[in-house]
Amino acid sequence: MDSKNTSNTVPPSGPVPGSPDSMSGRSGGSTPVFPEDYSVRKRRSQKAAFAVFRILSLFIVLILFAILGFIIYKGAGVISWDFLTKAPSDGMTSGGIFPAIVGTLLLMLGSAIVAFPVGIMSGVYMNEYASRGWVVKFIRLMTNNLSGVPSIVFGLFGMALFVKYLGFGDSILAGSLTLGLLSLPLVIRTTEEALKDIPAGIREGSLALGATKLQTIWKVVLPMAMPRITTGLILSLGRVSGETAPILFTCAAYFFPQLPTSIFDQCMALPYHLYVISTSGTDIEAQQPIAYGTALVLIVIVLIINLLAGLMRRHFEKRLKIK
Amino acid sequence: MKRFLEKAVKWLLTASGFVTSAVILLIIGFLFTEGAGLFREKVIEEGYVLALNRENPVRKMDAAQIKAVFDEDITNWSELGGPDLPIETFRLEDADDYFSEEELGSQYENAGSLIASLVASRPGMVAFVPETLIPEGADLNFIEDSSISPAEVFAGSEWYPTATPAPLFGMWPLLAGTLWVSFFAILFALPFGISIAVYMAEVASERVRNFLKPVIELLNGIPSVVYGFFGLIVIVPLLQQVFGLPVGESGLAGSLVLAIMALPTIVTVAEDAMRNCPRSLREASLALGATKWQTISRVVIPSSMSGIASGVVLGIGRAVGETMAVLMVTGNAAVVPTSILEPLRTIPATIAAELGEAPAGGAHYQSLFLLGVILFFITFFINLCVEFISSRNRAKNS
Amino acid sequence: MEKIEAKDVNFYYGDFHALKGITMEIPEHKVVAFIGPSGCGKSTFLRLFNRMNDLIPGARLEGSILIDGQDIYGSGVQVDELRKNVGMVFQRPNPFPKSIFDNVAYGLRVNGIKDKEFISHRVEESLKGAALWNEVKDKLNASAYALSGGQQQRLCIARAMAVSPSVLLMDEPASALDPISTAKVEELICELRNEVTIVIVTHNMQQASRVSDKTAFFYMGEMVEYDDTKVIFTNPHKEATQNYITGRFG
Repeated sequence: MDSKNTSNTVPPSGPVPGSPDSMSGRSGGSTPVFPEDYSVRKRRSQKAAFAVFRILSLFIVLILFAILGFIIYKGAGVISWDFLTKAPSDGMTSGGIFPAIVGTLLLMLGSAIVAFPVGIMSGVYMNEYASRGWVVKFIRLMTNNLSGVPSIVFGLFGMALFVKYLGFGDSILAGSLTLGLLSLPLVIRTTEEALKDIPAGIREGSLALGATKLQTIWKVVLPMAMPRITTGLILSLGRVSGETAPILFTCAAYFFPQLPTSIFDQCMALPYHLYVISTSGTDIEAQQPIAYGTALVLIVIVLIINLLAGLMRRHFEKRLKIK
Repeated sequence: MKRFLEKAVKWLLTASGFVTSAVILLIIGFLFTEGAGLFREKVIEEGYVLALNRENPVRKMDAAQIKAVFDEDITNWSELGGPDLPIETFRLEDADDYFSEEELGSQYENAGSLIASLVASRPGMVAFVPETLIPEGADLNFIEDSSISPAEVFAGSEWYPTATPAPLFGMWPLLAGTLWVSFFAILFALPFGISIAVYMAEVASERVRNFLKPVIELLNGIPSVVYGFFGLIVIVPLLQQVFGLPVGESGLAGSLVLAIMALPTIVTVAEDAMRNCPRSLREASLALGATKWQTISRVVIPSSMSGIASGVVLGIGRAVGETMAVLMVTGNAAVVPTSILEPLRTIPATIAAELGEAPAGGAHYQSLFLLGVILFFITFFINLCVEFISSRNRAKNS
Repeated sequence: MEKIEAKDVNFYYGDFHALKGITMEIPEHKVVAFIGPSGCGKSTFLRLFNRMNDLIPGARLEGSILIDGQDIYGSGVQVDELRKNVGMVFQRPNPFPKSIFDNVAYGLRVNGIKDKEFISHRVEESLKGAALWNEVKDKLNASAYALSGGQQQRLCIARAMAVSPSVLLMDEPASALDPISTAKVEELICELRNEVTIVIVTHNMQQASRVSDKTAFFYMGEMVEYDDTKVIFTNPHKEATQNYITGRFG
């Protein structure tokens, strides 16, 4: 069938059909002759490439399960009611991690109080109010930059500003503020993205009924975006729960067996506790189980938070589909 | 009333819109003021002097030379441009070797004059003593003190922030350690990251994808201290055995842990970029007889290159700034690394490990803030690169 | 000689019955146009000829389609081999984000041709065949995105023709173009009919009547009528065709 094509090719219909180069191009009237085995070869290389991808992807799954499995396996035996509800004792070689759990929960709460209102308002401003393009661009650039700032730099900054300059000392307040600033970019971004997905028609519909812009945002837009925003907020809490570097110098106590009584107290925190116990322990034999248990509790918090966020997302997507 | 409320709320929202910008400025401001203070500090520990014999012509020594002298790495004045004379060092705690307790007096009230006369009598001696101890008008020479110079800090290859009489703040080993670990981390993570991204975006069925997605998210969610713990308990001993190392804590251990931690970032961003490659391009390629793999490698990957690049750069950013995991597994030796199998130390790990012990306001404390400034600007630069890449990409697509 | 034969083709997207019992024959070196209202299945049918619908999850085909007497859904058929022989031009110009030269050379390269001289020769030939050579010969290394929409579509035609297919499928190739570019593409179709069998889907009935030898009218997943273009447009046998042609619906 190919031979037929070449014999009666058409002259080009350009404005210069007789130009020398068009003639020379035509004279060679050629049909591609495809190498016969190439088709087999390229299919084989596809198979090989996909196999490599599959193996590498499997590998990452194995890594995750190795980490999770290892910590669950080693830590499960340590977890007990006493471990979860007692303070460390005997120079942190026995006892539980209750103050650290409470401390981490307090820090999560504190950072939420700092970051959520400001972050949501900032997201609302960027999506609903900021009209000039460069303002949004500038804020977004700054927000992205802030999210890239290493957590240890937040720690330095928190220490310089909250602990020293404002005189809060090593305290839950200073730690919460530092962690709050750290999670701010994530909160802003999720809010902005959630708002962006609300169709403009809904806002117009509300405005057309005589509602003010603020009423529209408060009564229509925010409630609709809330499920997605909440998902983002939960994930940001997850991040806060595991951060160590920012609280090293702003809040975390090496050993503080009683519970904090005011926001100007120091507190223990799970990630810091894990770090201390696993690196500068005095009695490795006795402390290793505590480290496993602490790691497991941390992992469980992260798992719960991810599960929660995943469930919310799924629930929300289902609702969208029905619509 | 309603009008006023609207205005007030708008004002409040605008203010919170600029909070992140304000935080960035504050970070720069605070880190800079603390960090820049380092260059106003003197080389020799505050309140102390280095006293010499009158006949010794040496007047200047930099921090590295002072350290070498007191470590007895330099033992003759001729090495410092002085006469051919062996160096004798004297620290306050050596006083007991030279004088009896009675001579010094119960309150050490005679120590100053005794030390002064000792140095005056020994031409090769250099004494590190508090300035207030030396009696006025003593017949001695002193090493001229100068401010810590940026060259010593940024190009210096020795980090001994607690050395006396003169601490050394050479940041090069830390910077090199950071870059070294991050480089290897990305080297390990890249093939995995790209492969997983391609697999998830192009090859895997919906079911497999729905399984992999949470796996990646979970990897992203695991706290860095847990990675560090896992690295310390599992990876470090493993490396020690496999490579027969004296200590398993090494750059390699750090790179491996960082590679796992940087993966989710690379995968998520790269996968997103590939999914955004228009369907029409894939169809055009397939319609020409290309296989799926040819389409991926020749059309999808090249056309989503900028997105993939952003992912990789973000991964580098994450690796450079990571603190806890690296601190726990790299061994923290502040030397310029020559092999990835040796212990090394990164900037974030240095800050985390030393800030707690550095007296606030001192040179050591300030040097750690300066490290923070450097780290901040590295990541700031990385983020600007990402912005640049993705904004160019947006322009191309529209 | 019949180039393409479709025998009792039924096609489903999940539960949706998109094509209902279509049987037709397309003769070699002819231009056949598929017309009909949106959603009538004409594009779906076209995309069966190079198995482009394979990509859609949950799609299912009954019946058979033969090209040169061979069942293209048969067990021994390799899709990439088929698509090499059955080229396609899409609704919107979709050049790769590569140079003009690399766009045209793409099909040759992915099918194993490495001879650089031959490739550049064939690229020139194909661009001339698509009446684009004189416009781009000085900027072959420029990005294809620098071309106008009409030029891009002719580039896509050149790209499809470079591998020398024997069938060319065109899915509303001029719907995104301005009238002048449309005229150029139509002119090209008339010239290419000597080289390949062309199946073209179009919304535009004038276009169908201008370029095609035979026309098939599709409606609600069925092929209502298939005849010489002249007959369809002047004396259709079915009332539905008549109504569509005269603009009473669609």
